Amino acid sequence: MKKMRKLLAVVLAGAMAASMSACGGTGTASSSAANSTAGSSAAASTEGSSAATSTTGTNAKNFKIRMVTDTGGVNDQSFNQSSWEGLQNLKKSIGADVNYVESKQESDYATNLDKAADDDAKLIWGIGFAMAESIGKAAKANPDIAYAIVDNGYDAKTMPKNVTGVMFRAQEPSFVVGYIAGKTTKTGKVGFVGGIKSNIIDQFEYGYKAGVDYAAKELKKKITVDAQYAESFSDAAKGKAIANSMFSSGCDIVFHAAGGVGVGVIQAAKDAGKYAIGVDRDQAYLAPKNVLTSALKLVHAAVEDVSKKAIAGKSIGGQTFTYGLTEDAVGIPTEHKLMGDATYNAALKVEEQIKSGKIVPPANKDDYAKFGK
Amino acid sequence: MEVSNEYAVQMHGITKTFGTFCALNQVDLDVKRGTIHSLLGENGAGKSTLMNVLYGLYQADEGEIYLNGEKVDITNPNVAIEHGIGMVHQHFMLVDNFTVTQNIILGNETTSHMGVLDMKKARENVKKLVEKYGLEVDPDAKIEDISVGMQQRVEILKALYRGADLLILDEPTAVLTPQEIEDLIGIMHNLIADGKTIIIITHKLKEIKESSDTCTIIRRGQYVDTVKVADVDEEELASKMVGRQVQLVVEKTPAKPGETIFEVDHLNVKDDRGLPAVNDLSLKVHAGEIVGIAGIDGNGQEELIEAITNLSKTESGTIKIRGTEIQNTSPRNVVNHKIATIHEDRQKRGLVLDFTVAENTVLEKYRTAPYSKGGMLNRAEIGKFANQLIKDYDVRPEDCANHPARGLSGGNQQKIIIGREVANEPDLLIAMQPTRGLDVGAIEYVHKTLIRERDQGCAILLISLELDEVMSVADTIDVIYKGQIVDSFKQGEVDEKTIGLLMAGGKQNGKDS
Amino acid sequence: MEKTAKILKKPITSTIIAIVCGFAVAAIVLAVAGYNPGSAFGALFSGIFSRPKYISNVIIKATPITLTALSVAFAYKVGLFNIGAEGQYIVGAVAANIVGYLCNFPPVIEIPLVILAGMVAGALWGGIVGLLKAKFGIHEVLTSIMLNWIAFYFSNLVVNSAAFHQPNSTAAYPVNASSYTMLLPNWKTSDAGMAAMSGTKWLREVMLKTDVNFGFLIAIAAAVFIWMLLYRSRKGYELRAVGLNHDAAEFAGIPVNKNIVITMLIAGALAGLAAALAITGTNPHRISTLSAFENNGFNGLSVAFIAGSSPIGCIFAGLLFGGLLYGGQSIQANIGAPSEIINIMIGTIVFFVALTAVVPKLAVRLEKRGMRNAK
Repeated sequence: MKKMRKLLAVVLAGAMAASMSACGGTGTASSSAANSTAGSSAAASTEGSSAATSTTGTNAKNFKIRMVTDTGGVNDQSFNQSSWEGLQNLKKSIGADVNYVESKQESDYATNLDKAADDDAKLIWGIGFAMAESIGKAAKANPDIAYAIVDNGYDAKTMPKNVTGVMFRAQEPSFVVGYIAGKTTKTGKVGFVGGIKSNIIDQFEYGYKAGVDYAAKELKKKITVDAQYAESFSDAAKGKAIANSMFSSGCDIVFHAAGGVGVGVIQAAKDAGKYAIGVDRDQAYLAPKNVLTSALKLVHAAVEDVSKKAIAGKSIGGQTFTYGLTEDAVGIPTEHKLMGDATYNAALKVEEQIKSGKIVPPANKDDYAKFGK
Repeated sequence: MEVSNEYAVQMHGITKTFGTFCALNQVDLDVKRGTIHSLLGENGAGKSTLMNVLYGLYQADEGEIYLNGEKVDITNPNVAIEHGIGMVHQHFMLVDNFTVTQNIILGNETTSHMGVLDMKKARENVKKLVEKYGLEVDPDAKIEDISVGMQQRVEILKALYRGADLLILDEPTAVLTPQEIEDLIGIMHNLIADGKTIIIITHKLKEIKESSDTCTIIRRGQYVDTVKVADVDEEELASKMVGRQVQLVVEKTPAKPGETIFEVDHLNVKDDRGLPAVNDLSLKVHAGEIVGIAGIDGNGQEELIEAITNLSKTESGTIKIRGTEIQNTSPRNVVNHKIATIHEDRQKRGLVLDFTVAENTVLEKYRTAPYSKGGMLNRAEIGKFANQLIKDYDVRPEDCANHPARGLSGGNQQKIIIGREVANEPDLLIAMQPTRGLDVGAIEYVHKTLIRERDQGCAILLISLELDEVMSVADTIDVIYKGQIVDSFKQGEVDEKTIGLLMAGGKQNGKDS
Repeated sequence: MEKTAKILKKPITSTIIAIVCGFAVAAIVLAVAGYNPGSAFGALFSGIFSRPKYISNVIIKATPITLTALSVAFAYKVGLFNIGAEGQYIVGAVAANIVGYLCNFPPVIEIPLVILAGMVAGALWGGIVGLLKAKFGIHEVLTSIMLNWIAFYFSNLVVNSAAFHQPNSTAAYPVNASSYTMLLPNWKTSDAGMAAMSGTKWLREVMLKTDVNFGFLIAIAAAVFIWMLLYRSRKGYELRAVGLNHDAAEFAGIPVNKNIVITMLIAGALAGLAAALAITGTNPHRISTLSAFENNGFNGLSVAFIAGSSPIGCIFAGLLFGGLLYGGQSIQANIGAPSEIINIMIGTIVFFVALTAVVPKLAVRLEKRGMRNAK
């Protein structure tokens, strides 16, 4: 019986692959060529595909992309919003048919994904690892639709053939901002506020710690990192309380990877006249004099890139794409008046070293332990 | 009637409907200037509605109003006040923690330039008014510290202060003691002497006889008659009001008291504020006897009832029914001991107004068979019982069993309560102000029922603020003052004056409590 | 004219008028915002009715709010304002989740156990409110609001505790499959089930693509039970007497305070039942970190309000509300109008229901005009 089902899945996957390539048609040849040659850089690939718009125009317009937000909603100032921006860019640049469905409760994920499927979407995005299970089920129920999920990778062996994972090497920008924090701190003590502990947040924490250590080594001094968790991604008051205690215990820079909690962290920095480091997007607008820099995680760039690949008819299913500095999907903002040119330039050099593979920032505790040695 | 400036007020052909209900139908009222004119009618006859039309609180659907011979259009109370009309409502509208003067000038403040309150001048003006009409009241006392009678004077002063020439008094004596009523009538005569005109809304015949020059009677929204008070007697007024012959005198045979059913011994109860309200009170009620407690409101009657019915705790002393102590148990225990109570506040304590009449008839015995079985109500039995009660007590309308009790008139609501309590076959029936707010016809009915129950051997404790009622219904009259029974008489032993004096705290010669 | 007035006096008429007004205002808002109201409502209705599975989803969505509405309506009949249904729901969900995760008995034991756990927790939460009111006279709204927040943080505490937190998620471990209350959860994904359903598309859709479960049947049963309790039982007589006039009830010997506690226990149990059925009957079968109230209880307030606190009315109002919540997403998905539009519509309906006191008055005025014309 079980074997039967597996067989069926393989057959279906095969059929899907066939239908997809058929969909891509002949016209996409040039665009996929453009993509593959420019593949090393997401920015370059954007130009590439807009150049290719003329050839894939009709296809792109027929290509329905639906996005299902997590419970944060589409205006969450975080990855939902960023993802939707990415899709809107797609609409603007190549005229793809994009739309979203908002989830209010976790129980909405399944029904919203189902609704998106009813809309005859060709590609359905799920935002956030909380949706991993629902996406997996939906993908199984609709083998002819492509699914993609932000911030989640599946085990390559068990991964459904029509699901694409999108991950970020968040440890890379975290390493860079950690380095900047290490270079900037005067007290020799910096802080980290996480949301709820998970693999994703580990990337931020250990990347950051390693960056701080790297700077400490360079400066030949000891810098300690105080890491705490808010057990929430939304409780700004708690973020403020944690950051306040960090500042009063001697920290002068606090980095957060905690969604809405971070708003409180930044507020605390503003009140205390200390520095905070933003996350995901350039959060300087929240406190221009206190947000030292931000660990950018440009979800929209990744969403755009993967969507384009799908439109172009490339096989994206069954794999996990990882985005980092190399793909220009993470980084730090260019604005750097608070840290000064010297630190900024040093940070850029660190970025180069990461790109070239000379530095491999750790993404979890084990790697971090090895990194120290 | 001709429109003439001899009349302070002429209301002609006033019609007012609420929904389908016609509250007033072509009612006329002509009040001569400088007279006291009473407006007589049963509850719900439309007296207050008519006055509210005059005061601008309601707009008449039809009809004209003339003041001093001139047609006016009174669209709201401010217009009425401008025309020199003042109204003292049954429920006072005073600010409790303001002084008398502050209350009087409220909304009509005397200000010096710059809008600063000129309290001094205001106080002087108030004092002048007080002296002119003999409305003795301390202008600096706070409302919460003065008696109800005084508060009423403040209301009258308030109206006069605003230049009222025509005063409307809505049931002014309902809350007053006999002495206060006398004083009020005196004040009314002073006002007339000064050229004011007074309309008094009432259903008390005795007071009309004592105070008024003319009387207009309305019944069920219809104009009945206008009579010179001197020309008619009380019986005649009553029949015009009710529409049939009524007996004003309670007819009964002498009581044949049996064993002691109910006994209160050295009872002490504190009020909400923790002050002693019932003070070492003792009383007894025998089977087949009506014991009436006479007293002015606020002398511990309420606290006594609350203690007996176990709504509140006692400090010390005992309450016994057939020898069993029941103090400080629960209201249900009281009901279980066959004590039935007709509470003075029938809308608050007596009925669940939004329950149907049928549901209300089983408020105590819904738990017992045949009205409920196995945890479920037997609606058929309840309905049967209710309809019997409606028939026995002549509750109107007769098809009201499945309608909310709210829709019934006060008298019919009271009939439901009395019927229900009597049906519980009590050993002791407590009737607190059982005729409050009822009209003559209903009062007659309530009194007859109480006496019938007495004759069947029930012990009855009647608590009333109406001295007349206690004097005429009770077999034994206990006078309560400051939480104590200060004296006790058999019916016919004493006159109203003696008891009135005792109620006010005076001592009777020779007898020392 | 007289007939119109008579119809207008019926409560259901006012409710329907309120609903129509809600749609009208929403249409205006849509038009002002530059969307075609016709296509928006088209999207709404097709999002509710166009496929059997949508109807199924509406029913699923309606289940918890019908029960919380019942909780609110029941308490309201006893004169209590159960704004705490939200908190009672949350603790019910926590308890159901914990018990369903820790215990793994056969379904015949497991399902009642998990549901009972949710009800007991909700009852406890409501009971605290009742007790505080009965013993100390503290107003139930005050304590309920406090307890809502306590439940909120308590839930997050449990979700994030080492014992229950599922790593790499924002949620707790789900309950065991033995507590699932979906319709034939195992059979429908089995080959036999697939084969049996392969002929009927709608059945397959409803069964496989929605979490069709027994919850709504239980909600209907609960509504009937509450109606029986209130209007046919001796206890209900007491409860309504307390609700309509606790002074008279007290005077007649009905223990008011005891009945307040009982009421809050039952109301809490209903909210807890709503939560337990959501955990056992719908994905993801677990609680997760709350960043804001999920409004299962607060929506219950609105539903109870629309239903005029009638237990049976809660069923229909719950379906209406569930339809608006679920179908509302289609407005946004199909024509791009923000989901706030649907919130405005719901808010307007509730607002107009609050104004329904006006409708009978209007009826009176109509009658009067009729009489005047007759003269």
